[in-house]
Amino acid sequence: MKRGKGMKFVGDSRVSINNRKPNIPTDYSEYPGKTEWFYPDFLLKEWMVGAVFLIGFLCLVIAEPPPLERVADPTDTAYIPLPDWYFLFLYQLLKYSFASGPFNVVGAFIIPGLAVTALLLAPFLDRSPKRRPLDRPFATGFMLLAVAGIFYLTWEAAAYHDWEASKEQGKIRDVVEIDKENPAYGILEANTCLSCHGENLEGSVTGPPLVGTELSAEEIMDIAVNGKGDMPAGLFTGTEEELQQIAEYILSIEE
Amino acid sequence: MLNKVYDWIDERLDITPLWRDLADHEVPEHVNPAHHFSAFVYCFGGLTFFVVVIQVLSGMFLTMYYVPDIVNAWESVYYLQNEVAFGQIVRGMHHWGASIVIVMMFLHTLRVFFQGAYKKPRELNWIVGVLIFMVMLALGLTGYLLPWDMKALFATKVTLDIAQSTPLIGDMLKTLIAGDQHIIGAETLTRFFAIHVFFLPAALLLLIGLHFIMIRKQGISGPL
Repeated sequence: MKRGKGMKFVGDSRVSINNRKPNIPTDYSEYPGKTEWFYPDFLLKEWMVGAVFLIGFLCLVIAEPPPLERVADPTDTAYIPLPDWYFLFLYQLLKYSFASGPFNVVGAFIIPGLAVTALLLAPFLDRSPKRRPLDRPFATGFMLLAVAGIFYLTWEAAAYHDWEASKEQGKIRDVVEIDKENPAYGILEANTCLSCHGENLEGSVTGPPLVGTELSAEEIMDIAVNGKGDMPAGLFTGTEEELQQIAEYILSIEE
Repeated sequence: MLNKVYDWIDERLDITPLWRDLADHEVPEHVNPAHHFSAFVYCFGGLTFFVVVIQVLSGMFLTMYYVPDIVNAWESVYYLQNEVAFGQIVRGMHHWGASIVIVMMFLHTLRVFFQGAYKKPRELNWIVGVLIFMVMLALGLTGYLLPWDMKALFATKVTLDIAQSTPLIGDMLKTLIAGDQHIIGAETLTRFFAIHVFFLPAALLLLIGLHFIMIRKQGISGPL
């Protein structure tokens, strides 16, 4: 048996020529045109494509730092989750009434299951030897339909999502050490201020942080009594003296 | 010198057929973008593999800092991103690579589909390719939980709810991947970590190996 350099192979295979029987695989020389050696000629071109791709990729990485939200808090029931973008179409599908609730099985298993099975078995469903897309209208048509469906569902999910609120609810909030022994903190707690503004006054989705507000004492007292924006009037039910106390307390908290 | 080393090894291990598979074969004109610009569509598969390599390497570096437990996971990611030199770049490569690999794989799948390249004799390679797609989606899904931030926890909660709604085996399936039928916590994180870092990459490398062996065995499909 001949080994090493100078071995002759059948076509593009690793079957060596033994001159005893004609081996079958088609040689690329049967295709018209100019073939090229993979190493080193074609590899260099692939390398260049890879380099250009890598530069573009690194530009993206540098321009857009990877997001990180605040640490997971299982008790926060107000959080509205969103999957990664490439699952958005499934997420959207599960919102439709024919694919959710009692029909959850349809949206979560039957439709995706059929799609995956069809994709997996494509070579056995589309059996004709024809390869051009126009020569196999069913395969091409179904795939175009599926791609259009995926694009539409993804767009639908993204277009009707409140991205601003999404960003706000996951923001990492700086927690400043505050004096919780101060009687004013107890007053804030008693008047339910903390349920929106946070236990460390760091703020939440429903209320802004009270740390470093840059407001005057009068303004703080006015907002506590009369509300502002989404905050209704009359939430503060304490005395005038307590009002004074919490205003001074909030003023004293610096970033 | 290099030739002598090659000959020395070849004399003992007969590596010429292997070398031929890896490098010493012909590339037909119809897949060569130097001859036909439209042949750039043949780059998608290779670029997918390129991003997989980026994912494996950046992932290996991430595990040098990442701690898979619910007390330290978020802290370690925060530290990695804000304190470690180039930590943000490495995490960014892994984060964006996860998206880009899906895009490239999608384009590669469409190229193979619309060219009918999955037809006889390449049916098995198509099936392996679809399995790679599934493994890749599972990698994206399990990797999403690991930073243990709000998005991670609540998106995973939804995923596990869907898994639990599987007919017949739902509860068992959820217990298997979450570690508990009700709690999503410490054990869920370690399981997802194990699945993301050991089980799925092992499956992925095996499938990619099969994918490439089959390509070398069958050659690339001819021009349309």
